[in-house]
Amino acid sequence: MTGVRNVTFQFDKRLLVLIGRGVLVLLAAMLVAAPWIFDLADLQVITELLCLLVLAVMWNLLAGYADIVTIGQHGFVGIGCYAFYAFAVFTDVGPYAAILLAGLTTLVFALPAMIVVFRLRAAYLAVGTWVLAEVMMLGAGKIDAFGAGLGISLPVSVVREFGGNIAERFTTIYWMALILAVTAMAATYFLMRSATGIGLTAMRDNEEAAGAVGVNLFRARVICFLWAAPFLGLAGALITLQKLRIAPAASFSIIDWTVYIIFIVVIGGVGSFEGPVIGTFVFFLIREYLQSWGVWHFIVLGGVSIAMVLIEPRGIWGLLRRVVPGDLIPVSHRPPRGS
Amino acid sequence: MLELVGLGRHFGGLNVIKGLDLTVAEGEILGIIGPNGAGKSTLFNLIGGNLAPNSGRIVYAGRDITRMTSWHRCRVGIGRTFQIPRPFHQMTVYENVLVAAVHGSGNTVARAKGRAQAVLEQTGLWHRQDMPAGRLSLLDLKRLELAKALALTPKLLLLDELAGGLTDAECNGLLDIVRKVHSGGTTVVWIEHVIRALRRIAGRFVVLYGGNIFASGTPDEVLADARVKEVYLGAEGNAGDSGQ
Repeated sequence: MTGVRNVTFQFDKRLLVLIGRGVLVLLAAMLVAAPWIFDLADLQVITELLCLLVLAVMWNLLAGYADIVTIGQHGFVGIGCYAFYAFAVFTDVGPYAAILLAGLTTLVFALPAMIVVFRLRAAYLAVGTWVLAEVMMLGAGKIDAFGAGLGISLPVSVVREFGGNIAERFTTIYWMALILAVTAMAATYFLMRSATGIGLTAMRDNEEAAGAVGVNLFRARVICFLWAAPFLGLAGALITLQKLRIAPAASFSIIDWTVYIIFIVVIGGVGSFEGPVIGTFVFFLIREYLQSWGVWHFIVLGGVSIAMVLIEPRGIWGLLRRVVPGDLIPVSHRPPRGS
Repeated sequence: MLELVGLGRHFGGLNVIKGLDLTVAEGEILGIIGPNGAGKSTLFNLIGGNLAPNSGRIVYAGRDITRMTSWHRCRVGIGRTFQIPRPFHQMTVYENVLVAAVHGSGNTVARAKGRAQAVLEQTGLWHRQDMPAGRLSLLDLKRLELAKALALTPKLLLLDELAGGLTDAECNGLLDIVRKVHSGGTTVVWIEHVIRALRRIAGRFVVLYGGNIFASGTPDEVLADARVKEVYLGAEGNAGDSGQ
């Protein structure tokens, strides 16, 4: 009798994983169909959501696994914005190549940034990355070719390359954002499944113990840092395409590209693959529905994240995981069968 | 196999290890005992690479490893357990061991799977493979500590109070595993408070006291030594003092 009940109980719980995966598949299907089922305003919001999702996945990789708790992520996003502008306007590589080169440029900037970042730990690292990002912003504001402190708009000729009218252009940008988000998620998924990834997961749980079983902590951190940089730059390029201009304060916005991202990851669940996805959706729900409240919606955001940390440091996914028996996006490893 | 030459480590003004010399022969099981605060765990942290010494050298298999990181020491064949088990608590037992099997050898995940499975069977954890390590009992946590170290295929195995907090029967099970590993050619250095357990397996005892080697010899010799008894009982009797 108890045996039977046990089986049904197990079955119910596993069903939760299937339901969760079903929801993810449904959301993915909606994203693919989005240009046909949403109007232009919604499509813009979803494009923004996808860009923030990319930033959240990368911040989670750094802070949640590699113990690089950066608050200077906006520095690399800003570099991506400016590099995209530079390649699109000052060279004739073409607008699409300019996006890819923005990612590459960010990677190049990440190399010397490591000299600072990898000399610092914990709180010093957080402050160090922040200062580095602010220096990048101030530096960008000194360059006259980029409109100095005021910034500069993308020339119409560049904008037109992505579509003759607004609808066409935003659909193109949307597809690029979707491709970027899918690439970022898929690539990071494979990273987490690799030998490096299982080491990173161990580092998340106990860094010293990970080092004691052979995980090269230094190498793992470097890989994550250089992994995140180009994706941040690519996101910056797409963000610039949406805003149609670059400016130090907006392109290097600590609120938009770092503070919101930390909120997203913390509320969704730091150190899990599902966390950034859930966090991004929750963030947009709060933002879209509470925007009319003005300043109050920030206070709600802050309150929710503090409450979340106190209730369950592993975020919404940590709460759900108490009931759901498995990961929705399984990065874990199973033993070989048949023994 | 392992040679410590004039090893010293202080924390602020407190000298925990004071110019310690110790040689571990290949194939032996060396038991290290000593009262609380003698510097046993610090010594392991120095050998394992979790702490850097302030003075002296560590030579392993003819190679100076004094400045080597802990993860490189795994690769050259040094595996250790922690006194307080440090599981990767959100990962399953299987994944815990897999991390070590992958990173201890530089193998791909696919090739390390067999090793992980073998070690889980060897340590009696195979039936717990799917359990998150954070939910294990003390005995299984100790087994997991041992399993993680064994997955590295170590030539030198450092065990830090593996028997602490276990019953005699539980302890015997672990002793059997270590004996088998040893007969496979692994050198073992074992720090233990439970002298009863250590005596059954160690070929040689070293007494650590005040940050240096106080006595050395066969277990029977060392335990019969009047000075050792005095130090041990005296220091244990004033455990509060030794911690300062």
